[in-house]
Amino acid sequence: MGFLDIDNVTKSYGAVEVLHRVDISVEEGEFLVLVGPSGCGKSTLLNMIAGLEGITSGEIKIRDRVVNGVHPSKRNIAMVFQSYALYPNMTVGQNITFGLEMHGTPKPERERKMKEVAELLQIENLLARKPGQLSGGQRQRVAMGRALVRNPDVFLFDEPLSNLDAKLRVDMRTEIKKLHQKLGTTIVYVTHDQIEAMTLSTRIAVMYDGYVQQLGTPKEIYDSPANLFVATFMGSPAMNVLPARLVEQNGALHAVITDHAGHDLALRIENAPAAYASYKDMPVHLGIRPEAITDPEGADRNARNVQALPNMVTVTEPAGSDTFVTMTVSGKDCIARMRADADVHPGHVFDFAVNMDKAVLFDPKTEDRIA
Amino acid sequence: MAAASTENAVRSSNAARVFVYLFLLLFALFYLLPFLIMLLNSLKPLEEITGGGMIALPRQWTIEPWLSAWSTAQIGVQPTGLRPYFMNSIMMAVPAVVMSTVVGALNGYVLTKWRFRGDTLIFGLLLFSCFIPFQIVLIPMARILGILQIAGTTPGLILVHFVYGIGFTTLYFRNYYAAFPTELVRAAQIDGAGFFQIFWRIMLPSSGPIIAVSFIWQFTNIWNDFLFGASFASGDAAPMTVALNNLVNSSTGVREYNVHFAGAIMAAAPTLLVYIVAGRYFVRGLMAGSVKG
Repeated sequence: MGFLDIDNVTKSYGAVEVLHRVDISVEEGEFLVLVGPSGCGKSTLLNMIAGLEGITSGEIKIRDRVVNGVHPSKRNIAMVFQSYALYPNMTVGQNITFGLEMHGTPKPERERKMKEVAELLQIENLLARKPGQLSGGQRQRVAMGRALVRNPDVFLFDEPLSNLDAKLRVDMRTEIKKLHQKLGTTIVYVTHDQIEAMTLSTRIAVMYDGYVQQLGTPKEIYDSPANLFVATFMGSPAMNVLPARLVEQNGALHAVITDHAGHDLALRIENAPAAYASYKDMPVHLGIRPEAITDPEGADRNARNVQALPNMVTVTEPAGSDTFVTMTVSGKDCIARMRADADVHPGHVFDFAVNMDKAVLFDPKTEDRIA
Repeated sequence: MAAASTENAVRSSNAARVFVYLFLLLFALFYLLPFLIMLLNSLKPLEEITGGGMIALPRQWTIEPWLSAWSTAQIGVQPTGLRPYFMNSIMMAVPAVVMSTVVGALNGYVLTKWRFRGDTLIFGLLLFSCFIPFQIVLIPMARILGILQIAGTTPGLILVHFVYGIGFTTLYFRNYYAAFPTELVRAAQIDGAGFFQIFWRIMLPSSGPIIAVSFIWQFTNIWNDFLFGASFASGDAAPMTVALNNLVNSSTGVREYNVHFAGAIMAAAPTLLVYIVAGRYFVRGLMAGSVKG
């Protein structure tokens, strides 16, 4: 029993089921991020928690109270919208207290709460302005103030940062995280940005095609993705997925790939999970994150199994902090994340170091991770 | 407005500009001339008109025709002037405009923010009333007014104009609210506002331009209507348009053209005033739905 329980919830429009049996239990104080590409059902799920969309089957419980069919205003939730949805005809102060007014809170208390929230978000000097006179970041704060002032059980955020420019987005991300740490509120946050999901959440639900593909901590999602979708969706640049064959040599399992010239190259796998045995001599997908492929000096010192991969460099992309290096492995582009000053040149063969501790294998048919 | 028009305008030479102004001036004169004639003739004694000086300036300025048209001229059989009928028109137009605007706003709100099964069909049916020629409904409407026992009265006319205004006002408000962000309504719902609170506190305060459009359109149409007025409210309840007709067409005595001119200007004045005061909102409101600022 969690604080917010989503039990076997489905959503259909006519005969089309857009959400299939979603089961998520959120503890008090958790920061759950629903992440996925557009059309995956994440916003629909959020709207169902808010009560803005009906639930086709299953139950949603907030504090052990079933809220199916309960009006949005009676669920003790607050929501921050993508467009902020500030009432254009009201001042910032009126925007913040509108919900309290609708709930019949007396005026002195409204004023007091408004002051508290304005102080918390540092928007005291904006209270008399209209939303049209505010910048994007200020509107964002006001929208959060409107949510905070009601002291709800659950905060719902619907892509709140996607209308901001890149720099402000990073700043506000930090602000939201600070706010969560300070207030310890329960938050459900929808985004399509996997970096937001990784940085903000205590747990992530990766959604695709109406299914929750994986529910777990950011580390679980990143290091042990449940399937190819999660593996490639989370992380930037995306995880390299390379066609390989699993063979046994000298009593150890090896993933065999081909280099730029088409020569076989075997990468030894240590501490292989038992499930790998049944894929012996079969094709698999080898998943390696770009940061697990480096120059030999840049390899992780704690890594126990670093394998050499001599290969020709096709493109280098210096990004300031890192240099991204593209090569061809098993006929596919493979990206390595190197130190900024790594000595790599296009057209030359370079000795890459692959941290096989971080490698994962996927079944090519089911696309699930082999474990 | 001025800033916008210069921004969009193509740069032109001074000679071209002079030509443009002359051209526009000519057309303005062309359109204003009949009104000028009306005005001049309403300010001169009858003898000057009958003496052939119709387009001359008055030799003797007088406001006698205006006073006569307003309070003593023969309308039908009564020498009451146009005043009571002017009041009739006000009593008819104001409630009908307000009611049809309010109902149109509510319809637009429901049709865009509280969608239900078959809402587009209902909207389509409402639009029919914009395209049905009024002559078709005269007889059924007369029957209904008879049943309600308000035939030949101002309340009867209010009902008729109210009902026939809903189509247009709904069209205006629906299109305006279609561009109104639904997230605002959802935010208000979460804040605990009900159906009418959202309408009153969120939607209406943002509807200024379209209210102006609806108001101008409805007022002009209702004030200028002759057909319904002549059909459903003859006699003491007749609106201004019908009374003006009765003034001009009275078959007894001398035809006082100067009084007729004064009466005609009086009948046209309110719509003219509404356009002058609120005209720019009309253009702004019509643009609001289609062009995003």
